Amino acid sequence: MGVWIMAGITFREAARKKILWTALLAGVAFLLVFGIGLRFQVGDFRNSAVPPFLRYQVISAMLMIGLYTVDLLAVVMTTLTSVDTISGEITSGTIHAIATKPLPRWQILIGKWLGFVAMAAAYVAIMFWGTIAEGYWIGGVMAQHPVRGALLVFLECIIALSVTFMFGTWFSTLSSGVITLGLLGVAFLGGWLEQMSGFTEGSRLAMVGIISSLIMPSEAVWRRAAFEMESPLSGSLQFSPFADISIPSSAMIGYACVYLLIALAIAVYHFGERDL
Amino acid sequence: MTLPQQDSFAVQTQNLRKVFGSKVAVRGLTLTVRPGEIFGFLGPNGAGKSTSIKMLLGLAKPTAGEAFVLGSPSGDVEIRRKIGFLPENFRFYEWLTPAELLHLHGRLCGVPDAVLSKRVPALIDLVGLTPHIDKRLQNFSKGMMQRAGLAQALIHEPEIIFLDEPTSGLDPLGRRMVRDIIRAQRDRGATVFLNSHLLSEIEITCDQVVFIREGEVVTTRDMRVQHEETIRVEVRARKVSPECVAGLSRWGSNVQVDEDLLTFTTPQRQLLPDILRFLVGSGAEVYQFTPQRLSLEELFMNIMGEDRGF
Repeated sequence: MGVWIMAGITFREAARKKILWTALLAGVAFLLVFGIGLRFQVGDFRNSAVPPFLRYQVISAMLMIGLYTVDLLAVVMTTLTSVDTISGEITSGTIHAIATKPLPRWQILIGKWLGFVAMAAAYVAIMFWGTIAEGYWIGGVMAQHPVRGALLVFLECIIALSVTFMFGTWFSTLSSGVITLGLLGVAFLGGWLEQMSGFTEGSRLAMVGIISSLIMPSEAVWRRAAFEMESPLSGSLQFSPFADISIPSSAMIGYACVYLLIALAIAVYHFGERDL
Repeated sequence: MTLPQQDSFAVQTQNLRKVFGSKVAVRGLTLTVRPGEIFGFLGPNGAGKSTSIKMLLGLAKPTAGEAFVLGSPSGDVEIRRKIGFLPENFRFYEWLTPAELLHLHGRLCGVPDAVLSKRVPALIDLVGLTPHIDKRLQNFSKGMMQRAGLAQALIHEPEIIFLDEPTSGLDPLGRRMVRDIIRAQRDRGATVFLNSHLLSEIEITCDQVVFIREGEVVTTRDMRVQHEETIRVEVRARKVSPECVAGLSRWGSNVQVDEDLLTFTTPQRQLLPDILRFLVGSGAEVYQFTPQRLSLEELFMNIMGEDRGF
């Protein structure tokens, strides 16, 4: 019961944050620009001699780039909205009135986590399916496995959320935000290095990418999502920047899930043990 | 040594200790609070009062020692249904109205919605927030926030209420309201554990006070008993010799001379005739000899010393 009360109040608290509405505004702006860009591209193709097969691949690549933008927006928005929920309430003393109520601390933390999970789910649903719908109605293209892709983008958000919570039980708002964004940066760079290694069969470069993904698997999850959503032909022909040159395995997705659970377990444990 | 669990005490601690790195915040707090009394917890800044309250409420883990609240180890989750707490400088989500705040805290305490629908407006009225019932907390002054915080501490009709500086930010009317509420809670049978800097408030509200310094109890005082051991004497006299001043130390302490005003404290009322005879016998011309009961503030200063940063 306490978990759901905390989840509800956290969702409402998160929904009032300016950063969420800024991210939603940015998302709406993105959907507008993306829709206009798609319409122009489709119009240009109508008046050109580009073969239909190539047209489809270019529009598909545009859809993937759009979905990647959604992915980045969702992860950053999840991190920034949740970064002060633990550390900020400890610093301000807001947590004192809650933590002295008859509910175990794990229920407070999990309740807050669920509140942000619901918020991330809503954001991903609006942005992801909005982009997919534009791709379909304006561009005439559809992702190969959109549900799998949406779930993986959502998983990436939850990884970032759990890591943010974990650091929030130790550090100040600013520090935990910087550390989490830094880790996301490492994952971003590592993911692209691993992708580049596919062109040169450079095992050392691949190793750097794999280690980066083990430190923070968020980008690997996106590359798996891209693999699931791209058409097999488009991926193998390397029409898009997310072509299946280096595909994270199912084991890596499993690792990402375990990583998420461990980060959440550490957050629960440390929040339960620390002085408030 | 393990403390025997005592149901007969609302709060009981034994050598409670808290260390942060190399800093000892609470050295070894041993105290008892009887059920149904208003208990004042006094000490200068940095004496370990807030840390002690945090340990009693389970917000901080003791480094050593034991503490029981209502017979259960401090921090026990279930016993918190019977505990109310007003933190110092109460803060909460600013977009809530006072009614939403109370409903939320009531639900967290397991109070049924049907009960809350009656209790919430009554509590809002009790703390004087009815005219502001539709405002959000972000528009509240510090005093209004304290009132809202006090109401959330009472929403589940707790058996013991910890109030950390409840009159902070309140005007005289607000302080009187808090005093009346505290007394009403005692009349209901609740125990009130009060930490306040306003010694005059403590003096007229509390049944028992403890003075702590560096996380240890220095002394305990039952406010319901007429104390004769702390009497401040003001003497107006001329021709008070240095020998006379030195000789007063046999009967009292804190001897001070300011022109013709001589002040000191003495532990027993029955010594007063001997002191007066001594002064006259030593050649002093006494015009006025006024024994006064020490106020709590003077007692505090005597115990803690005036340079302790209170």
